[in-house]
Amino acid sequence: MPSRNPNLVITIFCVLLIAAAAIISQRRVKAAPPSGGSITGSIKLEGTPPHQRPIDMSKEPACAAVHKASPVTAETVVAGADGGLKNVVIYISDGLTGSAATEVSPENPTWDQKGCQYIPHVMALNPNEQFKVINSDPTSHNIHPTPAPGGPNHEWNKSQPAGSPPITTSWQAPEVAIHVKCNIHPWMSGYMVVVKGPYGVSGDKGSFKIENVPPGSYTLTAWQESLGTQTQKITVAAGKPATANFTFKGK
Amino acid sequence: MGKIVAVTLVLITIASAVPILAHKWVPPDDISTHGYLIDEQMSDTMVEAGICFVAAQMILAAFIWMFSNRKPGDKIRNFPGGAMGLVIGAFVLVGLEVLALGFFGSKAWAAIYFTPPSADALPVQVQAGQFAFYFRYQGPDGKFGPIHPDKINESTQNFYGLDMDDDPASKDDIVTAEMGIPVNKEVRLLMHSKDLGHSFYVRELRIQQDFVPGLDLQMHFTATKVGRYEIVCTQLCGLGHYNMKAYLNVMSQPDYDAWIKQQASMQ
Repeated sequence: MPSRNPNLVITIFCVLLIAAAAIISQRRVKAAPPSGGSITGSIKLEGTPPHQRPIDMSKEPACAAVHKASPVTAETVVAGADGGLKNVVIYISDGLTGSAATEVSPENPTWDQKGCQYIPHVMALNPNEQFKVINSDPTSHNIHPTPAPGGPNHEWNKSQPAGSPPITTSWQAPEVAIHVKCNIHPWMSGYMVVVKGPYGVSGDKGSFKIENVPPGSYTLTAWQESLGTQTQKITVAAGKPATANFTFKGK
Repeated sequence: MGKIVAVTLVLITIASAVPILAHKWVPPDDISTHGYLIDEQMSDTMVEAGICFVAAQMILAAFIWMFSNRKPGDKIRNFPGGAMGLVIGAFVLVGLEVLALGFFGSKAWAAIYFTPPSADALPVQVQAGQFAFYFRYQGPDGKFGPIHPDKINESTQNFYGLDMDDDPASKDDIVTAEMGIPVNKEVRLLMHSKDLGHSFYVRELRIQQDFVPGLDLQMHFTATKVGRYEIVCTQLCGLGHYNMKAYLNVMSQPDYDAWIKQQASMQ
């Protein structure tokens, strides 16, 4: 079809071009390295980890069946064969200023209840960062986070039957750490760690990475649910990864 | 109209009695040595209550039938002796009935509560708490270690608050989520609650005993049939009450020995 109105074609073309440019520039903003650096490192456990008792879920046949092949244990200390310590939250406890201290991570993580366990076992959050609680089990759960009484965060206790919609909520203020339990399954235990600024949680091998750290000098804290906290000073330069390693001692 | 009511009443009474007389709803098989006493008591109560029920309905229907044609102005006849006599008569009759049931039931009650368990009964401790049961066995030393409520920690699976480091008696205690017992062996059940009122109910064992916070209660029983049975809480204890249960696993002696060994290795 011959173009009857070249102006219209040009206009559409221009609009598309602008839109494409906008999308690309948007992408660039996201992909661009933040103005700050990052902190990487690993968490090690020295000595023998405390004995983790296996969990008997026979009360809840649906969950017991899930773990029949490989029984699960308590998770107060989860260490790999090489001593890498999992589920340690690393955050900046001192030295953050300006927007870095108040920025809320857009990650919006999910707190899943699966096989009568909390996945993840430890979850880090910013104050006011939304998170979603879901129930993947064919049975009811009862989510009961227990922040310190009288503090700015309020204890709640909600039932979530199988197949019910997610619960989306957040914590108002920093708190290390909020223990979460399930009133129906006493063995279920997990922690939500609410901290200001960027944070990291150590993975299976004990390594972690904290991104978007503005250049500066900080106090870095590593928290483990039963081994306590450790701190160290660290200086982060722009665009350069700083390293921090922590070692916890087993009992 | 009165005659229709009387007939309807008779029909309802018969319809209610038939399924019970037909033994349509029978209790599950009894697996305990004392259960037959409970079953006898239940059936005595059922027969007695059934006779009273049918008799009361029939008398009511008869009176309705007899007086359905009463005309205004007819003389109203009173029960001999007036209301006072009626009340005293009912009081004595119901009192005798309750006393008789209590008298016949005392044998079943005494067999459970007033007879001590035999010396070689297997002691098993059960702790009820919102919303699960946990069981404890003494281990080779034949002793339960002391309980420290402040040491209860569910995230480390220390449901009883045992001090494994300082109490030597606790070291070999075996805590389980399922109650395993050998068949034909008397069990001495030591019951306590961690928080509030609960109940220990096993239909097949014919045992239902409340947990009372602050009280250490005891029961004893012998299971006579191998199988897996449900232990449920029958005292409304909160949001998760409906899901407060555990399993009673009655096993042969060799199976029990293997089970307790396996449980010990999981501590």
